[in-house]
Amino acid sequence: MIAELGHFSLVLALGLAVLQVIVPMVGAARDDGRMMMLARPAAYGQFLFCLLAFLALTYCYIISDFSVAVVARNSHSLKPLLYKISGVWGNHEGSILLWVTFLALYGALVAFFGRNLPRSLQARVLAVQAIIGVGFYLFMLLTSNPFERLANVPFEGNGMNPLLQDPGLAFHPPFLYLGYVGLSVAFSFAIAALIEGRVDPAWARWVRPWTLLAWLFLTIGITLGSWWAYYELGWGGWWGWDPVENASFMPWLAATALLHSAIVVEKRNSLKSWTVLLAIVAFSFSLLGTFIVRSGIITSVHAFATDPKRGMFILLFLGLVIGGSFLLFALRSDRLQAGGLFAPVSRESGLVINNLFLSVAAAVVLYGTLHPLLSDALFGVKSSVGAPFFNLVFGFLMIPVVMMMGLGVHFKWKRADIRGISQRLAAITGLSLLAVLMTLYVAYGGSLMPAIWVGIALWLLLSMFQELGHRIKLFRVPFGDSLRRLMRQPRSSWGMSLGHIGFAIALIGIVVTSSWNLEVQKVVKIGESLTIGDHTVTLKDVIPVAGPNYSAVRGIVTVTAKDGKSYIAYPESRTYVSSPMTTTEGDVATTLTGDLFIVIGEAQGLDQWGMRVYYKPMQVWLWIGAAIMVLGGFISLSDRRYRIGTPGKATGIIKDARHAH
Amino acid sequence: MRVLILAAFLFALTLDANAIGVDKDRLADPQQEARAFKIMKQLRCLVCQNESIAVSDASLAEDLRAIVRKQVRAGKPDAEIIAFMTSRYGDWVLLKPPLRPGTVILWFGPLILLVIGGFMVFRFVRQRPETAIARPLDADEKKRLKKILGEKNEQEGNMP
Repeated sequence: MIAELGHFSLVLALGLAVLQVIVPMVGAARDDGRMMMLARPAAYGQFLFCLLAFLALTYCYIISDFSVAVVARNSHSLKPLLYKISGVWGNHEGSILLWVTFLALYGALVAFFGRNLPRSLQARVLAVQAIIGVGFYLFMLLTSNPFERLANVPFEGNGMNPLLQDPGLAFHPPFLYLGYVGLSVAFSFAIAALIEGRVDPAWARWVRPWTLLAWLFLTIGITLGSWWAYYELGWGGWWGWDPVENASFMPWLAATALLHSAIVVEKRNSLKSWTVLLAIVAFSFSLLGTFIVRSGIITSVHAFATDPKRGMFILLFLGLVIGGSFLLFALRSDRLQAGGLFAPVSRESGLVINNLFLSVAAAVVLYGTLHPLLSDALFGVKSSVGAPFFNLVFGFLMIPVVMMMGLGVHFKWKRADIRGISQRLAAITGLSLLAVLMTLYVAYGGSLMPAIWVGIALWLLLSMFQELGHRIKLFRVPFGDSLRRLMRQPRSSWGMSLGHIGFAIALIGIVVTSSWNLEVQKVVKIGESLTIGDHTVTLKDVIPVAGPNYSAVRGIVTVTAKDGKSYIAYPESRTYVSSPMTTTEGDVATTLTGDLFIVIGEAQGLDQWGMRVYYKPMQVWLWIGAAIMVLGGFISLSDRRYRIGTPGKATGIIKDARHAH
Repeated sequence: MRVLILAAFLFALTLDANAIGVDKDRLADPQQEARAFKIMKQLRCLVCQNESIAVSDASLAEDLRAIVRKQVRAGKPDAEIIAFMTSRYGDWVLLKPPLRPGTVILWFGPLILLVIGGFMVFRFVRQRPETAIARPLDADEKKRLKKILGEKNEQEGNMP
C-alpha cells in the first residue's frame, strides 16, 4: 500500500512538473501575471509529492518490505537501521529518486527565497527547473521504477555491498547529490537569463549564493567519499582518478570557476556570457556525472547499474538538455553586452586567467575519463588513462592556478599595482624558496617536483595571511585598530580568506602525503614485529569478533614510537553474512604530523597473518583544509548582502526603523 | 565462444579481488622494492577497474607484481620491464598512455586549449579599451553632427 502511494505521488509530481514547465513559461512570454504565479505553488506541490514518494520508499526499506523489488535486491533484515536508510540511495532506482527529490527541494527553495526576483525571471527559472524534473520523473517511471513489486516475495533480501556499509559512505551520496543538483539552480538562472536576454549584477547576486551552496555540498560530498576510500578500502589511497571520482570532480572544477566568474559579473558587470556558459557547463557536468555513474558506460568500481535502456534514455535526455542549452547560448549570448573595463593586470584578469586554467583542467579530466571509451569505439584500441597521466597533466595545470590564486587576491579591481604587490610579497617568496631548499636537503635524493610543490603550497598559505594582514593594516596602525578592522571584515571576506587558507592547508597535506608516504607489508607470526619509520609494530594476538551482520578477526597490535610512547591498535578484517566479500577496518592513529594506518589481512597458514602498515605524513591536513574551506563557504553564504532585500529581512529592517522612531 | 571463456576466466579472477593478501616475495633491498613499486604504479591491473597492480588484490595483479619484482631483481632497467609488459598486454596495460596517433588529443589537447583560450583572454583584455573609444564618425553622422552644432552655434551666435 505504502509503495503504491509512493508510486502515485511520483506520478502526481510529474503532472505538477509538466504544469510548472508550460504555464509559467507561456505566462512569461505573454506577460500574464496569473499564469506566471502558478510556478510557485506548483514547485511547492511538486516537492511535497516527491518527498512523499521518497519517504514511502524509505519506509519500505525500514520495515524491510521485500515485496518491493529494490528493497529485496539491496537490503537485508539484519542491517543496522542507519544502513537500511542509506540503502535507499545505495542503488540505482533509489539514488535517482533522491536526485529528483533534491531537484524538487531546490525548486521549492527558489520559489520561497526568490520571492523578490522579477516576476518573469522567477517564473522562467522555475519552469526550466521543472523541465529537468520532467526528464527525471519520466526516466524513473519508464525505466527504473523504485516501487516495482515482486510476484514472489523472498523471505530475505540480498543485502548491500559491505563496502558501502559505512558512515562515511552513508552520507557521501546525499551531499554529492545536493551539490550536483544545486548546480541546476545556476543552470536554470542561466537559461532564464538567455531567454530574457539580460544578465546584470543583480542576476549574479542571485546566482552566486546558489552556486556557493552547490559548491559547498560538492566539496563536502567529495571529501567524504575520499575519506571513505582512505580508511575503508585498506590501501590508504584517497584519490584514484577513477571515472566516478572524476565525474564528481568535473562539476566541482566548473562550479569553482563559476563561483569566481560570477564575482566579476556581480562587482564589475563584465564576463557575462562566459559566466552564463559556465553555469550551463557546470550543470552539464553534473548530468554527465550522473550518466557516467548510472549508465555503467565506463566500467568502474562504483557503476553498479548496467542497463542499456536506461543508458539510452539518459543519453537522449543529456543530448536534449545540453545540446538545447548550447544552441540557446549560441543564438542568444550576443545579447549579453559586455560591461566594465579593466586593465591587463587587475583582479578581473586574475580571475579570468584562473577561470581559463580551471576550465582546461576540467576539460583534461573530461577527456581523460572518456578517452578509453572513444579510443575503443573509434579506433578499436583499448587504452587506459589512469593516475600517472592525471597526476602529471593536472599537476602542471595546477601550478599556474595556485600561483594566480596567491597573486590575484592582492590585485585591485580595474588596475593593480604590480610593483607594490611584488614588494609586499618579496619576504614570503624568499621564505618559500628557502622551504624548497630545505625540503630538498631533508629529503636528500628525493625528486625536485615535491619540493617545488611544498614551496608553492606554503607560498599560497603565507600569501593569504599576508593579504589578510594588509587588509586589516597589521603593523601599520596600532594593533588594537587592526583587531577592530579584523572583526569588522564582512563575512564574504572571511569566507574568501578561509576558503583559500583551507585550500592551501589541504594542498600542503596532499603534497606531503603523496610524496613521502611509507608502506610496509609483511607476513607476521603472533609476537613478531615490523618497523616503519620511527614506529615498531608488534602483532600481539588475533581474536574472533561477531558483529550484527558480519564476523571478523581483530588483531591486537602494539605500536611503539621511537620516543617510547606506545598504544594498542585494533585493526579488523570483516566477512559479511550476505556476501562473500571481506572488508578491512584498518586502525588509523592520526596526529598532525602523520597517520599510522594498520591493516590486518587474512590468515596465511597457522598463526601467520598478512599485515600492511602505512605511514601517511600530514594526511590529516587534507581533511582539516577541506573542513576550513567548507567553513569559509558557509560563512560567506551568511553574508549580509545575500540577505538584504529578501522579504523577511526587509520587514526586519522596517521594524528596526520603527523602533528607532 | 572464446569470448565467453575469457569472460568466465576474468570473472573468476575478480572473485578474489577483495581478499587482503600480502606479497611474500618482496625485494630485500628497499631501494629495489621502491623502484619496483614505482613501476607497478604505472601498470594497470587488467582485470580490475582503473586500479594499478601496485594496489590491487586481484591474483593477476599479484602475478604481475611477482614478474616486475623478478625483473627488477635481475637488474633490468625500468623501460625494459615496461616494454616487456606492453609486448604482452598492449598499451592497455599502461595507465599513462604513450604518445600515439590515437592519443594526440589526450596529450596535446590541453596545450591547444590553453593556447586558444589564452589568445582569447589576451584579445578580450587588450581590445576592451579600444572598443570603448568611440569609432570615427561616418560621413552621414558627421553631417548630422555639423547640423546640430551649426544650429547650436547659430543660437549661441544670437546671444552675445
